[in-house]
Amino acid sequence: MAATFHGVGATVAALSSSSSSSSSSSSSSSSSPSNSFGSKILLSSPSRSFSVRKRASFTMVRSEGSMNFDLNFKGRRAQQLIANAVATKADSSPASSSSKPGHELLLFEALREGLEEEMERDPRVCVMGEDVGHYGGSYKVTKGLATKFGDLRVLDTPIAENSFTGMGIGAAMTGLRPVVEGMNMGFLLLAFNQISNNCGMLHYTSGGQFTIPIVIRGPGGVGRQLGAEHSQRLESYFQSIPGIQMVACSTPYNAKGLMKAAIRSENPVILFEHVLLYNLKERIPDEDYICNLEEAEMVRPGEHVTILTYSRMRYHVMQAAKTLVNKGYDPGVIDIRSLKPFDLYTIGNSVKKTHRVLIVEECMRTGGIGASLIAAITENFDDYLDAPIMCLSSQDVPTPYAGTLEEWTVVQPAQIVAAVEQLCQ
Amino acid sequence: MALSRLASSSSSSRSADLLKPLCSAISLRRPISTDTTPITVETSVPFTSHQCDTPSRSVQTNAKELLTFFRDMALMRRMEIAADSLYKAKLIRGFCHLYDGQEAVAVGMEASITKKDCIIAAYRDHCTFVARGGTLLEVFAELMGRQAGCSRGKGGSMHFYKKDSNFYGGHGIVGAQVPLGCGLAFAQKYSKDEAVTFALYGDGAANQGQLFEALNISALWDLPAILVCENNHYGMGTAEWRAAKSPAYYKRGDYAPGLKVDGMDALAVKQACTFAKEHALKNGPIILEMDTYRYHGHSMSDPGSTYRTRDEITGVRQERDPVERIRKLILSHDLATEKELKDIEKEIRKEVDDAIAQAKENPLPESSELFTNVYAKGLGVESFGADRKEVRAVLP
Repeated sequence: MAATFHGVGATVAALSSSSSSSSSSSSSSSSSPSNSFGSKILLSSPSRSFSVRKRASFTMVRSEGSMNFDLNFKGRRAQQLIANAVATKADSSPASSSSKPGHELLLFEALREGLEEEMERDPRVCVMGEDVGHYGGSYKVTKGLATKFGDLRVLDTPIAENSFTGMGIGAAMTGLRPVVEGMNMGFLLLAFNQISNNCGMLHYTSGGQFTIPIVIRGPGGVGRQLGAEHSQRLESYFQSIPGIQMVACSTPYNAKGLMKAAIRSENPVILFEHVLLYNLKERIPDEDYICNLEEAEMVRPGEHVTILTYSRMRYHVMQAAKTLVNKGYDPGVIDIRSLKPFDLYTIGNSVKKTHRVLIVEECMRTGGIGASLIAAITENFDDYLDAPIMCLSSQDVPTPYAGTLEEWTVVQPAQIVAAVEQLCQ
Repeated sequence: MALSRLASSSSSSRSADLLKPLCSAISLRRPISTDTTPITVETSVPFTSHQCDTPSRSVQTNAKELLTFFRDMALMRRMEIAADSLYKAKLIRGFCHLYDGQEAVAVGMEASITKKDCIIAAYRDHCTFVARGGTLLEVFAELMGRQAGCSRGKGGSMHFYKKDSNFYGGHGIVGAQVPLGCGLAFAQKYSKDEAVTFALYGDGAANQGQLFEALNISALWDLPAILVCENNHYGMGTAEWRAAKSPAYYKRGDYAPGLKVDGMDALAVKQACTFAKEHALKNGPIILEMDTYRYHGHSMSDPGSTYRTRDEITGVRQERDPVERIRKLILSHDLATEKELKDIEKEIRKEVDDAIAQAKENPLPESSELFTNVYAKGLGVESFGADRKEVRAVLP
């Protein structure tokens, strides 16, 4: 396990023994799809940084940008210097009056917890999707909910995405709050008409008479050799639909928070999960919290470059960040989380500080989230940029099956390091 | 006559609604039009069914209902013809799909249900909207894109909605409203409303896959959904026999029962809808096929005569016209004189003209309306510029 961390980072790795040992034990469990060496790196590193961040951040549901990253930064610094990090509280965390340290769980469990809490809280929330009920969900997100809430609230649908998405939208028009699950985001292409025309536009074309408080969620993104049709990134197709909000979760903390916020929102929200992130482990607060749907997350504040990313690429970026730190760079990393609308405020503040932007995304080069983000940043912050914005995206190809080819479709940490070096010249 | 003098003295800003009490005040002077003694009428043709019993051919009605039918259908007819002229005068733009000829379906359906039941339709929705309680001003203002329109001018002809009377629109994409309708039925079952949803679609939409998907789910989950195929025999320019291998739309539900109804007879429609509502609440989805006809083309850009003969159109108009049928019924049962009916029609003409005049006066939406209603306000959603101080659009 120690071999997976480089250089200076090794001490830090040893320090956060409790969280990383539990995460590597989770990665070695045979049922998880992310079993390879590569994924161990992905799984271990985030829990290290988050074990500090979450202690500081659970008091803030809607973070003001500045407060958030100062605490993170100080907290992390404190972590590096102390020999036994586990029991130490972050120094300047304000009202962390709760003595409960929270509880640890995997990302899919966090989603389930969020869903369950909302279903308890509001009887109008129901879930519909393929195999969500008796089977427990193909990624176990809805496991146990059918026995708890019954067949009328956790509904198994036949394989008919177009119609059950339409039915969810029709139910939402009357005031119910359905959560529609696409077994894989790619299957929702069949429901595109319903999502675009009915879900997105009904509030507008009815002159405000109907709201559509629906949540459409599901895993997408490139997995482990799942093939072209099961490795799609639909955020690029949906981003132009007016009237919907899109968010992408990346950690158990924000997965639960975004799920809850999406369910409570009066607008249609599409929650993008990632197939490879379901087994991430993290300690999350016990108390009720939500994450702001329109806000980005400052993962690592930095001075040299602003790296914008979301979903799984966050982990590739954090891994590259370790290498970059060793090489003497100070990259700032923002997980944009809100894909529509963009949180230009947080992004802008960072751009004004660093003057260099690198976007790392899993979407295709053409017409992806990165393309829109480049346009948005250039329009608003052109004066602050010292260099043209660089965008690393997936190749414009159907995802191949062969492992090596698939790796090259997606952005790898080495490419991120090279890009930052080039940008900072 | 007295009424027209009274009406013409009202200023143009008085809403069309004010004319209604005047009219009913006049009809109240005639005791027979509020008469609710039952009259039994036989429907024009018997019902044919698939996998269920047929309702009886004898329909209970009364003078009040028949006169209401007459009035409502004549109003719808006049409204659609007026929309035709407005379109040709370029006051209505884009798409305009007219419902004249099919009024009996809207009126008969409304007579059999309450406002708790939901109706969802496709783009030929002007008359269904009126049947659900929409005013003429809302119709014409929306058609002309004005603020007083039911969707504030932002929907147009194909997007009429009336939430308080459970009319869910108003949809442009063929067939997409049927899954929505089944979703409405699901919500009714979920909330234990004891109400049903009528999802209307046409013979063209009957070939959409999502219909069968939605029907399957509705049958599995026992939803109170009634799928109504308004079969006017032409899917835009394609006749039903050229588009459907099996044009017996009431049979295409397979496991779901179906009923074929003469859609030009408002009483038959009413009988069928009452039957269907009872059936759906107990047994799940049922399909109704309304055999109806539209006099206009598919939309205003379609003359309607390239794929059917003028003789066919005039033939239907002479033999099966829904308004004429009710008129003959009223006259044969001595419920009103010919003159009284003509007076009602004159009143209606005036009402429509007044509504159009009022709608023409109504202003176009403000430019800020461009950004309203994109998102619903909740969780503090506001639209920000990059510095979070500049509010680009104020969301309601």
